[in-house]
Amino acid sequence: MAEQILTDIRPLRRSPLADLTDLMAQASVTGERGVRLREIPFLNMVGIRVQPGSDAAQNVTSVVGLPLPSGHGQVTGDTDTAAILWQGPDEFLLVSPDALAAEIGPPGARRGLPDDAAAPADAARVALAGGVASRPATDSAAGPAGGADQENLGAAPTLSTHPLTQELSRAMAGHKQRSHVVDLSANRTTLELSGPSARAVLEKGCPLDLHPRVFGPGTAVSTTLGLVQVLLWQTDEQTWRIMPRSSFAVYIAQWLMDAMTEFASQEVA
Amino acid sequence: MLLIECPHCGPRNETEYHYGGEAHVPYPQDPFQLTDQQWAEYLFYRSNPKGLIAERWVHSAGCRRWFNAVRDTVTYEVKAVYRVGDPRPSLDDHPAQTTTSTTSSTSTTGTSSTTPTGGTS
Repeated sequence: MAEQILTDIRPLRRSPLADLTDLMAQASVTGERGVRLREIPFLNMVGIRVQPGSDAAQNVTSVVGLPLPSGHGQVTGDTDTAAILWQGPDEFLLVSPDALAAEIGPPGARRGLPDDAAAPADAARVALAGGVASRPATDSAAGPAGGADQENLGAAPTLSTHPLTQELSRAMAGHKQRSHVVDLSANRTTLELSGPSARAVLEKGCPLDLHPRVFGPGTAVSTTLGLVQVLLWQTDEQTWRIMPRSSFAVYIAQWLMDAMTEFASQEVA
Repeated sequence: MLLIECPHCGPRNETEYHYGGEAHVPYPQDPFQLTDQQWAEYLFYRSNPKGLIAERWVHSAGCRRWFNAVRDTVTYEVKAVYRVGDPRPSLDDHPAQTTTSTTSSTSTTGTSSTTPTGGTS
């Protein structure tokens, strides 16, 4: 029964900025002073805490296929498959595309996917099958008797439906070293700000130096924008991802739309 | 606006941080042995120096880690930052700070003498 409910949650889930989709499109500006704003909803985010250099860190590296970023501002991987953002000396955030959209998708949608987007979905389905198979073991370990002779593999069962999160969780379960893997996908939503004026918009409310001599593509930091804390991730020369906590998302989107207003008209000489 | 250097993230604006009070205030080894006055002094009495003071800060909008900073209460200049658990760096060799740092260390001694059972910093 529960399986049936969980097989397709797409009609149930609702992104924090679903109501502002049209407004953000209207606020976007084209041209040489252009700047565009859109939400990228439901990205998969996994909070990982491991000591770099430990066996647990090695586990993460082998499951995700990416090295851990070594210091402040650094990112490994890319936006198309998976990326790991540095959050602290022993804290990392894994960000990957919304697998559910690719995995189940509306009927016929998978046919339209380009090849590079279909590949992770196939990998996802394999991992998802493994996740279902391991579920009985998880249930028995969580029982009052603590499971029969099973190794305590279900010590940290994840509620996540994302295959990568499930795989990570399995890899870390039973690990003796201190580590954790938590699905944080609902913690933050993602806004994408792009265009020639994107940096000028951000500079109105971000205390950091965002000039290319300091900040560049592949840099992600935790800082403030307007009045709230966000993750700021520059993914391309003129493209930025802004990740506020879900309850602050409307504030950030409206703040950005307001900051974008001036670029719709001619520059005042 | 203070510009504080986080040991993990580098220099950031003061607005990204939260203040955690004076550092190196030892928790009493046996709080039950203290009189009410000694307990109140442990809780509320701080050295309040004119000059250098070691403080706790947390980089709440960044890496969310606690660290210690030595700040000059006269100039608001942050002289040093160091990780929690590390000893307070000696800045006494600074010529302009000779007088104030003496005041500071005297006051610190005064604070710890209010906890007769001792403690770890």
